[in-house]
Amino acid sequence: MTVIAATATVAQATAAHATAAHVNAPTAVAGTHGFLSPTGVEIAFLIVGLATFGAALVTVTTRQLVHAALWLVVTLGGLAVEYLLLTAEFIAWVQVLIYVGSVVVLLLFGLMLTKAPIGRSPDADSGNRWAALTVAVAAAAALVWVVVDAFRTTWMDLDGPAAGSTAVTGASLFQNWVLPFEALSVLLLAALVGAIVLSRKAKAEMSSPPVNSRAATGGSPSVPDSRNHPIEGNSPAEQEGAR
Amino acid sequence: MHLAYPAVLSALLFCTGLYGVLARRNAILVLMSVELMLNAVNLNLVAFDVWLSKAAQETLHSGQALTLFTIAIAAAEIGIGLAIVLAVYRNHGTSDIDRLRDSAEGHESDGPDGNALTAEETGKAEATA
Repeated sequence: MTVIAATATVAQATAAHATAAHVNAPTAVAGTHGFLSPTGVEIAFLIVGLATFGAALVTVTTRQLVHAALWLVVTLGGLAVEYLLLTAEFIAWVQVLIYVGSVVVLLLFGLMLTKAPIGRSPDADSGNRWAALTVAVAAAAALVWVVVDAFRTTWMDLDGPAAGSTAVTGASLFQNWVLPFEALSVLLLAALVGAIVLSRKAKAEMSSPPVNSRAATGGSPSVPDSRNHPIEGNSPAEQEGAR
Repeated sequence: MHLAYPAVLSALLFCTGLYGVLARRNAILVLMSVELMLNAVNLNLVAFDVWLSKAAQETLHSGQALTLFTIAIAAAEIGIGLAIVLAVYRNHGTSDIDRLRDSAEGHESDGPDGNALTAEETGKAEATA
């Protein structure tokens, strides 16, 4: 009787051990990746990611507006390097071309056209920055917790042929995504026309009321504009802005 | 590579952009923060596309296609946004979003000089529109 019980116990123990081993099996397979012995790609990703995150923090906290745009260049360039590390080379070069090449230049033009102060501007942050900080930190904590908990045992396989080489991305884009691609070109055209209309129409309607004074002053549209608006006559800087 | 690295970086960048959108006062700095948020989403899309392109048998590379679409839409958005900011600056002389209260409802229009200011700004809004 006791022998049978002992055998049953041993069998149970073996079964439990087998189940434990079975449960542990994926972890053991995943453990070949090694959480505490990261690969070189992971170390590079971590370093570049820290630099990117730091540059992003400086972008949203610096009080010098032009410096914010320049730190944004560092952030976007770091993200391009991250795309390269994720073997998505086409996305990386598109990122460099469009973001670093054109979006930041547009932002710098916008800063200059709105006469952003060159030095430190004390009112770069609004009064609700502590509420914003609370919201952002809470959102970051929740997101990081959920994401780490969800993808704790998930590894990407970066070996083999690149998942985002130009050939693969181009073939997928023009085999499966042609219609959205063409719709996107229509959207870009609409945005182009919209930007032109937005910046032309304001000028045309602002210069339309003082027709007589424009004829009197000889056709320069900006001078009657600044005279026509009661608020803009308050400070010389705003008059220059209307010009 | 562990999938948590790009996911965590993306979450942190998104929350940085969220802080910038909520805390910044200059409209162009708000646009920069919006770009940060869009880039965080792009990083997520690329990382999950790389993961799924090896994990799944048949893949459309939808993550990378959506990333390209997001980049193009972000370029369109920044063009339109800057045009709007420049038009607002031309009309108001400021790009401070805390002071753009033309369409605000409530107690701002009930102040001592609220009516005159509202009338002026209504005329200006008509001129802009």
